[in-house]
Parts: sequence; structure tokens; C-alpha cells
Amino acid sequence: MSSASSVPAAGGITPAAGAVAAPVRPKATAFWRTGAVATVAWLVFATITQLLPDADEFDRTALLARLALAFAAALLALVAFGPILPRALTERVRNAGPWLILLAVVFAGWELVTAKWNLLPRPFFASPQAMLEVFTDDYPRLGLSVLHSLRLLLGGYVIGAVTGFTLGVAIGWSRAVGYWAHPTLRLIGPLPATAWLPLAFFAFPSSYSASTFLVALATGFPVTVLTWSGVAGVNKAYYDVARTLGASQRFLVLKVAIPAAMPSVFVGLFMGLGASFSVLVVAEMMGVKAGLGWYLQWAQGWAAYANMYSALLVMALMCTGLVTLLFRLRDRLLAWQKGLVQW
Amino acid sequence: MVALPRETTSPGAALDVLDVSHAFALDGKTLPVLDRVSFRMTPGEFIALLGPSGCGKSTLLRLVAGLDPPVQGQLLVDGRPVTGPHPSRVVMFQDPTLYPWRTVRANVSVGLEARGLLRSQGVRVEQALQLVGLTQFATAYPHQLSGGMAQRVSLARALVNDPSLMLLDEPLGKLDSLTRITMQDELVALWQRTGFSVLLVTHDVEEALLLANRVMVLSDRPAAIKADIPVDLAYPRHRGDPHIADLRRQILGLLGLDANW
Repeated sequence: MSSASSVPAAGGITPAAGAVAAPVRPKATAFWRTGAVATVAWLVFATITQLLPDADEFDRTALLARLALAFAAALLALVAFGPILPRALTERVRNAGPWLILLAVVFAGWELVTAKWNLLPRPFFASPQAMLEVFTDDYPRLGLSVLHSLRLLLGGYVIGAVTGFTLGVAIGWSRAVGYWAHPTLRLIGPLPATAWLPLAFFAFPSSYSASTFLVALATGFPVTVLTWSGVAGVNKAYYDVARTLGASQRFLVLKVAIPAAMPSVFVGLFMGLGASFSVLVVAEMMGVKAGLGWYLQWAQGWAAYANMYSALLVMALMCTGLVTLLFRLRDRLLAWQKGLVQW
Repeated sequence: MVALPRETTSPGAALDVLDVSHAFALDGKTLPVLDRVSFRMTPGEFIALLGPSGCGKSTLLRLVAGLDPPVQGQLLVDGRPVTGPHPSRVVMFQDPTLYPWRTVRANVSVGLEARGLLRSQGVRVEQALQLVGLTQFATAYPHQLSGGMAQRVSLARALVNDPSLMLLDEPLGKLDSLTRITMQDELVALWQRTGFSVLLVTHDVEEALLLANRVMVLSDRPAAIKADIPVDLAYPRHRGDPHIADLRRQILGLLGLDANW
């Protein structure tokens, strides 16, 4: 994914940062000792789960043990067949080796203090198998919540991002637009989108459209400001060159200003995405009767803490997944840039 | 090397600079930069503008390019007044100013693309790349190029437009001395082969004498023409040529640096 390293193989180009020597890596054929330790750690976790008696009645203890065992088996296979597997596959897993050990230890400890020894006050602390049970039993409702959240989030985000981008380019390019938009933006922009919540729920026909508006608003502000700053910060010489080569105003905007502003636009899109997450959750907790925010609220109302933790985990995965998607898109579009932050 | 097919029959443009003055507004005051500059450039001429740094020679170049209008006076190219930039007058700046998001080929294509000629005349892009010897690097991005290569791309980008007047704003100023010597030779060869007119801004006396067939020495700001010196020497010229040494001494004297020689 390192876009900076996508140097074409054309004869003898040395990338500017090419002087950095690649770190020496262990040979792929070498025995993966960390992997062996991780295998043992996961085996121990599986054994604890299966063999120690539960402090209370749990339905998914056996399933949890089997999953841990399956994971240990997969690790064992990687340790055993690593040398003959494609390097691209093993490299990433090898890299995660220490994490795999730590995870097994954390899981085992968590299992012990909750399900086995009952040391932590219930129901506030859920055991691993209780969370597993949420996924195996309540997945239809959880899945539907994810879909509802995604629909609301992406709808609002796309509207906000497109509006913000267009407005940002217009402000950056046109003095007249800037004259009117700047004070407005300055007054309204820093206002948290959630402050509009009471008004939005009152003014819009449905809580869904109100929330879409709020998500769009939260996304739009950072995208506008950073697109604007990107366009305003374009090297003036880029315009001079294009003009002497016969470029029209349209060409200057579309082919010079916008591509040059893209790195900044992506910072705005990233910040907008973060802001849209928080508005989404608040909107779903306050009015929308669906989505992960609603699920969290609902689970808390029933003191179903395992459901709450599961929903939090799903939400974290959804958010990081969306950020990853955005960064992939950026890496694709800004492959020409050096020194991108790796996500 | 391949010569680019020409669009027109007249090889170089004629330039008339008529009584041109220019000034900048600075902190509410007017800063005069050019003081009634007049000269005539015949088609195919290679003129070097020499002057102390900050004297206003780059400003004059921008006026000729049509990037800024002069405060006073008139500029005529082939008898027609300059009202804005035109692709027949291309500028090469001290910085290559390549678009970092475009590959080498896409950078060279910019002129044709901007004028909607890329589809019909795209072959000129490959010819220009070949001319500057960068065909192999067509798919590289600017950050992967050395300074000399980047400046070559900038040259190819200018050549693609088939200019009749090349405006060179110290294009070799930031290159290392070896690359600089090579590119000086290439520029002369290119100029001789294609016959466009060249207006070169430089503060390097030797460079002016090696390349140009006319050197104009400008005074300190506001710049006025102090001397107009023909350099009637055959090409290729050599740095050790006694005529060049003589002229250099003379010019350095005009620039107030004779004490060093």
C-alpha cells in the first residue's frame, strides 16, 4: 500500500527518498518462533475456556473454546507450512506475531476474571462467551442496525462532502463567493452540528432526513474549509505556466487548482468523516429509531451490557473500515505524493 | 534527434518593446521596476538580458509573456499588441514548475490538452520527450526526477507548443554546473535547428555570452537598458575564447564589478 514506493521500473530512476536502506528481515524460510509461542498461547486460552468450570451458566463456552482451538490450529498450520506458502501472505501474519500472543493472553485473563472466577461485578462486565452469544443470537438486529447506520451516515456524508467540496472550490476561486461565504462560514461553521439537533428534528419532516442534514453539516464544514485552503494555497506559478501554455479559466480550475488542492481536500474528508461519526451516534440516540446508536441505547436500557460492548465493537470496526476505505482511495488518487501517512 | 514539425512557416517571432515602464505597489508606495525600456528583436534572434539580481528583468519577461500588463508603453509580437498569454510564447522558469500529480508525459501534454489538441497532435508529445531524451521516463512522477531532468521536462513542455518565442527566466540557474553546461549546449543546438527567437534572462555573464547573439545589460532597479552589445561569434563557442573574455570584462565593468578583474 505504500504509494511512495510505486516507482516505475524505468531504467535507473532513483526515488528521492531511495537512500533509506530497507531493514533486514528474517528469511521467510526461517522457523517462526513467535508463531509457535502464539499457537501455544491460543491453545492455553482454548483449554482454560473448555476445561475450567464456568462460575455461572453460559451457553457459548464450548463454541468459544472451539473457535480459540481453530485459531490455534490455523496458526500451527502457518508455522508448519510457512516456508512453502507465498511470502506476501506470511509476511503480514508474521508481523502481527507479538499482537497475536498478547491477544491470547488478554482473552485468557478476561475469561478467567469474568466467566471462570466471577471476580468482576456483573452485569457490567461481560464475559467473552456472553459477547459471542450476542453475535450468534442477535446478529439479525445488530446487522440491520449496521445497515441503517451506514445508510444514514453515507447519505449525509456524500451530500456534505460534495457540497463542501464545491463550496470550498468556489470560495477559493471566486472573490465574490468568498466575500459572502466567509463571514457565514465563520459564524456557523464552528458550531457543533449536534447543537442543531433540536431545530433539525423540529424543522425536518422525519428524524431520518433531519439526521442526514446534521451528518451533512458536520461533514461539510471541515471539507469546505480545507478545500478552500487547498485551492487558496496553490502555487501561483502553476497558474502562470498553464496560462502561458494556453489554458482557459475552466482548465485552471479543473486541471490545476483542484488536483493541487487534493491533499488538503483529503484531510478535510478525513476530519469530516470523524465528525460525521459522532453526529450519527448522537442522532441515533436522540431520535432515529434504528442504527448502532439506537442499539447501544436500547441495550443499555435493558442492562444488556454484553450487547452494548458488542455494538461498540461493531461500531469501531465500521468506523475504522470507513476510514481505511477513505485512505485507500486517497492512496490511489494521490499516488504522486510523497510521505503519505500509512493507515 | 527528431525535429518537431512546424505549424507555421516563419520560424521566430519579432518583438517590439516600446517605451515600457512598470511598477509595483508595495506598502502603499509605488516601486518603479522598469524605466522606459525600448528595444527591437528581429525574428530568430537570441537576446540575453543581463542585470543585477532584483533589477526587474524577470518582470520584463512576464510582460512579454503577457502574464501581466505593463503600466506604460506597448509590447508588440509580430506587430500585434500583447494582450495576454499566448501558447506561441512559452516561458521556462527557474523552477521547472512541473505539476507533481502528473507523470512526465502528462506534464509535457499540458499545452496540447489545454488547447484541445491532444487527440489530433498527441504524437508531438512523444517527439518532444524524445528530443529532450526522456522517453524512458515518460511514466515517472516529477518527485522521482533529478533537477536537470525536471528542467528538461519543462523544456519539452514548452517545445510541444511549437513556440516562436522562447522566454527563459534563468532556467539553468539552479542546476549543478555539469548539467548546466550540457543544457547550455542543448539550448543553442535547439535554437539553431528550430529558429525560434529567444529572450533569456540571466545574471550569469558567461552564460549570456556563450548563448546569445545579443546581450543587453540592464541597470539597477528601475531597470533601463545600459548597453546593447552584439556578440558576433560563431557557435559552438568556447569559454576560453579571448573575445568572450574581453566582452566579459567589458560587461562586468558596466555592472560595476570591474574591480574584481
